[in-house]
Amino acid sequence: MPVLEREGTQVWRRRTTGESMVRWFGWLIGVAVFVVCWQQISQSTTWFFVWDAPRIAGDIWTRATPPRWEYISKLGRPIWDTLNIATLGTLIALCMAVPVAFLAARNTTPSALFIRPVALLIIVSTRSINSLIWALLLIAIIGPGVFAGVVAIAIRSIGFCAKLLYEAIEEIDHTQVEAITATGASRWQVMAYGIVPQILPAFAGIAVFRWDINIRESTVLGLVGAGGIGLQLSSSLNVLAWPQVSLILLVILAAVVISEWVSAKVRGAII
Amino acid sequence: MSHRELDDMLGKGWRKPHFIKRTWLRWLLLFGFAAYMVAAVMTIEVDWGRVYEGLDRGWQFVLSFTRPDFISRWSDIWSGLLESIVMTVAASVVGILISIPIGLGAARNIAPLPVYVICRGIVAISRALQEIIVAILLVAIFGFGPLAGFLTLSFATIGFLSKLLAEDIEAMDRVQAEAIRASGARWMQWINYGVQPQVMPRLVGLSMYRIDINFRESAILGLVGAGGIGATLNTAFDRYEYDTAAAILILIIGIVMALEYLSGIIRARVQ
Repeated sequence: MPVLEREGTQVWRRRTTGESMVRWFGWLIGVAVFVVCWQQISQSTTWFFVWDAPRIAGDIWTRATPPRWEYISKLGRPIWDTLNIATLGTLIALCMAVPVAFLAARNTTPSALFIRPVALLIIVSTRSINSLIWALLLIAIIGPGVFAGVVAIAIRSIGFCAKLLYEAIEEIDHTQVEAITATGASRWQVMAYGIVPQILPAFAGIAVFRWDINIRESTVLGLVGAGGIGLQLSSSLNVLAWPQVSLILLVILAAVVISEWVSAKVRGAII
Repeated sequence: MSHRELDDMLGKGWRKPHFIKRTWLRWLLLFGFAAYMVAAVMTIEVDWGRVYEGLDRGWQFVLSFTRPDFISRWSDIWSGLLESIVMTVAASVVGILISIPIGLGAARNIAPLPVYVICRGIVAISRALQEIIVAILLVAIFGFGPLAGFLTLSFATIGFLSKLLAEDIEAMDRVQAEAIRASGARWMQWINYGVQPQVMPRLVGLSMYRIDINFRESAILGLVGAGGIGATLNTAFDRYEYDTAAAILILIIGIVMALEYLSGIIRARVQ
């Protein structure tokens, strides 16, 4: 127990002297790094704009209120598109994530040496690139529109779904699989009766969870031209139509809240 | 299962139980889903000619991963990447520091009701607003540059971390905290010795995870002018310089992988 000698009595301390020195140095380095980073940011900032910011914010606020409510009649189709991008994207992603997950899980992969690393690479690379970047890329390849958005969301979601799913597959109860194998079931039958029923609740949960995230992401995909309500947002921003912008932001906020509510309800019902 | 039910089942073949047990609900969901799918697929316009033309370009892009071009635009890539990292570090530090008190305030078993409501409100606002939308507004207010990106990421970190921290505090073991309080500790000491040791491992893990997310997000903030590598990437796509784009994407994936590996080590050490 680390103690401190003071006036002949021992006082309890949480750490030894060496430990606190190491911690102190860690903090010092951390603070130094932060200060350097802050300086970098500060150098490339026009501070005049920052001091002016409250006035500008107030100005934007007065321009943006009240929202232009009648514009909502033009938002029906974009919202429908946004919903489709999220839903179809999630479905395609799930179809592709399932095989990837089975190939990536240690207990179901056909070859831990060759196939598993490839599956893990697919998971990492699709997961670490944001859907907006995928959308940018796909617009260059297949042209702007809702379809590019669907594919962007699908690719982005593969990694996420596959990662959660393969962790679920690795955590299954092995006795059930053995019991099915002992009845003389083939590899596919073991899959269908031993593994799938165990991961089905996790699968449904992941699907709804990702759908919720995808609704959020698809609302902004339009900023780069991939369809949905973001397209309206970007055109309104470009012509500085702030009352329309504020209405669109309210609609997006409502969509996000509703999708989160739906997802929480469904997950609550499944688990 | 009663005797009668078991007797009824004798001599009949076993069938897999359905995932959704109520028959009408199952069919309703199935039909609703099919109807939605038809409607959704009908309304998506896909210009297959354009897609077919684009496949060639897509293949070019895939090929460019085999010969990424780090050199010809290296100074742009380097400055963009550095800005992304600087933004990530600064925003993570500030975000984590702010989210700790808000997380404490958003835990019902620690905070009084008014504080709880205010902190939960902050968390809800921060979570409902998309990073990219916040970035657009902050760029409009503070001007172009990494300051807007830094503020966006800090704001997003607060919502994410405070919510999860608060949930962890609410799930903590009361006994330890009460023991500290019974020894006559002041409020700060109570938090420091009774609450903090219990939530620290999770806080460190979540912080590492958030740093990872912040870096990935910082890669897209450049699209709306909030600094970071996104602007360089966008330019590379616009100029069809796929080799440079591939180089940037490889760097992003590499850094994300390194961060994940690092956070795995740190989390294993802390827990």
